[in-house]
Amino acid sequence: MKRLVGKKLYSGAVLTVMAFALVLTGCGGGNNGGNNGQGATNAPTNAATNAPTEAATQAPEPSVSGTVTLAGSTSVQPLAEELGTSYMEVNKDARIEVAGGGSGAGVKAAQSGTADVGMASRALKSEETGIKPVVIAIDGIAVVVNKDNAAADLTTEQVKEIFSGKIKNWKDVGGSDSNIVVVNREDGSGTRDAFKELVLGEDEFVAEAIIQNSTGAVREAVGQDVNAIGYISFGGLNDSVKAVKINGVEASEENIKSHSYPISRPFNFLVNESSDPTAITQAFIDYVLSPEGQAVVADHGYVTVE
Amino acid sequence: MNRILEEKIVKVFLFITAITAVFSVLLIGVFVFMEGMPIFLKYGITDVLFGPVWNPSSGVYGIWPMIVGTIYVTLIAILIGAPMGLGVAVYLVEIANKRIAKLIVPAVELLAGIPSVVYGLFGMFAVRSIIAELERGPLADYLPSNYQTGYSVLTAGIILAIMILPTIINISLDALKAVPREYKEGSLALGVSHWQTIYKVLVPAAKSGIITAIILGVGRALGETMAVIMVIGNTPLVPVLDWTGLFAPARSLTANIALEMGYAGPEHQQALFATGIVLFVFIIVLNSLTTLLVRRKGRK
Repeated sequence: MKRLVGKKLYSGAVLTVMAFALVLTGCGGGNNGGNNGQGATNAPTNAATNAPTEAATQAPEPSVSGTVTLAGSTSVQPLAEELGTSYMEVNKDARIEVAGGGSGAGVKAAQSGTADVGMASRALKSEETGIKPVVIAIDGIAVVVNKDNAAADLTTEQVKEIFSGKIKNWKDVGGSDSNIVVVNREDGSGTRDAFKELVLGEDEFVAEAIIQNSTGAVREAVGQDVNAIGYISFGGLNDSVKAVKINGVEASEENIKSHSYPISRPFNFLVNESSDPTAITQAFIDYVLSPEGQAVVADHGYVTVE
Repeated sequence: MNRILEEKIVKVFLFITAITAVFSVLLIGVFVFMEGMPIFLKYGITDVLFGPVWNPSSGVYGIWPMIVGTIYVTLIAILIGAPMGLGVAVYLVEIANKRIAKLIVPAVELLAGIPSVVYGLFGMFAVRSIIAELERGPLADYLPSNYQTGYSVLTAGIILAIMILPTIINISLDALKAVPREYKEGSLALGVSHWQTIYKVLVPAAKSGIITAIILGVGRALGETMAVIMVIGNTPLVPVLDWTGLFAPARSLTANIALEMGYAGPEHQQALFATGIVLFVFIIVLNSLTTLLVRRKGRK
């Protein structure tokens, strides 16, 4: 990824040296390529807002050039990199540089101005002032069980106790009398970090869990074993597993958007309140919130924002 | 004149290809050691090698569970795979008629060509569910609850045993074929039965070749990653050391690297390279063993 950005950086430098005409044609071409419709999922949003947004954003874009630096949450980082890549296809004059560091570092970077945009995978705390959050996507995690499992509704507390190893039998949570097979993600996985933060808090994951290293593998493992339980990000849900209700709330996009489904977190872009963002920064944020940007968000399994 | 020049060019070219192989091994070796050494230096060699806890997010890097897991799985694979493979080889050399051999030999070759993901899928869907039935049925009273998942060293061992069959069959087949006819003829002429000739004369005569076959099988089992990840459960815990440990989910060295490389931070990555060093040492020891055996055979 880094290398890819490096290449883009180089070609970007070459481009600026070249004549304006070349730059302009480059923009036109990129715009067409970036809008290869994410048909089914985004149809309603597209139909409603596509025409006005395109008219509004397309005209000023060629004049906006420069660099946007982002720093912060490693959970947001992969999505931000993808958004950066797709934006650089649309606007060949832009350079989007994404660094990690964690949500805390993202807050500090935005406050001090060391980065144009900070990234945080959580809501801001009350003492984190001087910055304005822009929610770019919502990360929802579904707790999944086998389709033949009788348990269908768990509380956050029960999920916590299952994954920390305190509840070991399905009969304690409304299932049959059989041992729970906990399927966990590998250490370092963003989904695992998010799940730990949102559900387990200070508790540790049960050490005896089966480890699978991708959403697909967790789904496969749960789909095959009637006693298994796992968690996957919303984008990975399909018919092979059953997402349980949490505190009686169904795992659905609407419930995530209305904040009634508890295992979700916002992905925030943070901008400094005291100084206006640069034109290119504003253009990038606008792009991220546009239907094209949100299509990228949906593509990567996150819940879009309106 | 022209021909001499041609000779020279070819020689230089071949030398370069040969040196590339040596260079690659050195490069990879040095790279893995350089990347992995800092962890050993920082946390102490014994703590990393024999530490029973692997928890990178808290900065605890004990490779011991993976070392035990790897040895355990490989041992099971060899205990199942070696006798089977040797049996097939003996059958092909001594007993099978041409028609049957024509059926078995291509089948073995096909077995060698199946990609490891496919073995993994087969293991996950077929072998794992059978083992799970066993664990949750007749053995349920003896096994702890976390040993009733179907993912286990036994499941992985069975899959690996099938995967190493072609290696063991092919090499021991060659070794058995190389035994001079006179040995067999002499034995049979003395009135020894066919079966006794096989296990008293032929197999001992082909011993070093068969051992080489087994060691290469071990090498294959040690290095296998994908299929193992899919069936072993990947739990970084040391299996209990009695028979119930057969049903313990575990993690192998290769699985450890492949599972976690994707998201690893700088220090975590070094710890994974340290895992690589251990694997490297395993392979070096194995290869030295093979070389030693082949040399001894040569001297005879």
